[in-house]
Amino acid sequence: MTTVFTVAALTLREAARRRVLRSLAVLTVLLLALSAWGFSRIDAEFGGLTSGESRLVAALVLNLVMFGLSLIAALGTAFLAGPTLAGETESGIALAVLARPVRRRSVLLGKWLGLVVFGSGFVAVAGSAQLMITWVTTGYWPPAPLTGLALLAAQAIALLTLGLLLSTAVSPMASGIVAVGLFGATWIAGVIGGFGGALGNDSIRRIGTVAHALLPTDGLWRGAMHAFQDPTLIAGFSEAFKGHPFLSATPLSGVYLVWSGVWVVIMLSMAVAAFQHKDL
Amino acid sequence: MTAGPAAGPQQTAGETTAQSPAVWAGNLKKRYRRRIAVDGVSFIVRRGEVVGLLGPNGAGKTTVIKMLLGLVRPDAGETMLLGRPAVDPRARARVGYLPELFRYQPWLTAQEVLTLHARLAGVPADRDVLEAVGLADRAGDRVGGFSKGMQQRLGLAVALAARPELVVLDEPTSALDPIGRADVRDLLLALRQRNVAVLLNSHLIGEVERVCDRVVILDRGKVAASGTLAELLGGRQLRLHLDGVGPEAAARLGAEAARDGEWWTIALPDDVPTLVSDLVSLGVRVSAVEPGRVSLEDRLLTILREAR
Ligand SMILES: Nc1ncnc2c1ncn2[C@@H]1O[C@H](COP(=O)(O)OP(=O)(O)OP(=O)(O)O)[C@@H](O)[C@H]1O
Ligand SMILES: [Mg+2]
Repeated sequence: MTTVFTVAALTLREAARRRVLRSLAVLTVLLLALSAWGFSRIDAEFGGLTSGESRLVAALVLNLVMFGLSLIAALGTAFLAGPTLAGETESGIALAVLARPVRRRSVLLGKWLGLVVFGSGFVAVAGSAQLMITWVTTGYWPPAPLTGLALLAAQAIALLTLGLLLSTAVSPMASGIVAVGLFGATWIAGVIGGFGGALGNDSIRRIGTVAHALLPTDGLWRGAMHAFQDPTLIAGFSEAFKGHPFLSATPLSGVYLVWSGVWVVIMLSMAVAAFQHKDL
Repeated sequence: MTAGPAAGPQQTAGETTAQSPAVWAGNLKKRYRRRIAVDGVSFIVRRGEVVGLLGPNGAGKTTVIKMLLGLVRPDAGETMLLGRPAVDPRARARVGYLPELFRYQPWLTAQEVLTLHARLAGVPADRDVLEAVGLADRAGDRVGGFSKGMQQRLGLAVALAARPELVVLDEPTSALDPIGRADVRDLLLALRQRNVAVLLNSHLIGEVERVCDRVVILDRGKVAASGTLAELLGGRQLRLHLDGVGPEAAARLGAEAARDGEWWTIALPDDVPTLVSDLVSLGVRVSAVEPGRVSLEDRLLTILREAR
């Protein structure tokens, strides 16, 4: 257990000292500044958020910005997960560490835990900042901010777990790129599936369902969106919600949450199994 | 238990016992795809013993070392470290390792690297090791800014950090300057004084000859020869510096005598004083008599040539 925590602390320190963190911080500040400006414009254009339409726009823009944040979190952690495992086995850093009286499983879990803390911490800080900005500029406060942020963190965790699994097999850069590629593909599949639902076309809708099961990032993201929206909107604008990429009509089901947890455990176990037998 | 050395894994003690060897390797085998890297290697490193692992490039030395430390999974064979089977990570609790490819977290300082390794080994960090490798004044600097030789010195410090009873060094001086090499030699001798066992892989044979009690010579994945330096090199030669050797004196020296100018080398006779007085009475001027020794380098080359 000490190994897990030692390695987790090491991974956090790595994240803090590498350039990744600085790039993340710059991107995040840019996005937050942009959203602050955008929200103040919305407020000015609509003259306060009394009308339902302006609320719809605010929810939409908030989701859009949150999507940007989740993208930054996903990219950041996926590009940290690769170097921290594949990079260390490639460069030889892992040799000295794994020759210590440690189990490889503990080292891998430690890395995972460190990345989870990093990703969740980022989502918590940047997400809360964004919610505060929205509140200050427009007075809008989402119905379930904690659930939303937790689901965003879960999304980042799912992606970094995938990144970790990939980095046991391929090079550091490739694992980051593949993870992000899959993330994007699932998002697109989710959007397509949403259109399928809107058009009443079951076979197209199934694309989204299957993608959501294979990689739960987009499913979790849609749950997060739902938690950030004003619930009265869904009743008022049900047409707008149909197949919309930045609006979500339904909350996450408990089954899906459980599946996401199981999915992460499966990916992590596969990563452990792959790492356990690797010749260094 | 076919090809293993005498002391086998049957003496699996729950505790690290002082009498169990530092390393016991039995019939290790490893194949990378079609290529056989290690083919039935067995050897022992006793407590407090310095053993040299020699052999040409690609002989399988690094692979053997990695199998001992659980970094590479052997296809067959068993290993015991300090009395524990090597499959148990705790066997490595008192083992220090300097890899051939030495790299340490570039975003940490030298001192932080040592603290990390001490924590992983479950012992308090030893403050003196950076001093011992000549890095005391760079303790607070990031490893990313270290030169190659400095990184290897740090690697040595890491290998020594957790109060080891066994130190495994894979070419520890490959990046070091002459002073660094001398430092390593002193370090190795100090380790032997403290009864720390050392397994040393090096291509600098002079280095090995000076510090090792025994050597194991690998060639193409097999043990080509092993034994103490005395066993491998023999002390069985005599070198004489002679002047005015006539036919009779030459006959007295024997038909096997090898001549190089005024230096003669013969197999060590039972009675050296009688030989010398015989030579003198035959009118030979004897200006030097010394025991001859084959260098480890010559011996290694002979062994490797014979094996081909
Ligand atoms: N990861 C690997 N994949 C494939 N083959 C390998 C691998 N590691 C080692 N080998 C092969 O195993 C053999 C032994 O390699 P090893 O590194 O153990 O040699 P060595 O004795 O340490 O050589 P050197 O003196 O050059 O360091 C070589 O033929 C090498 O090609
Ligand atoms: Mg080698």
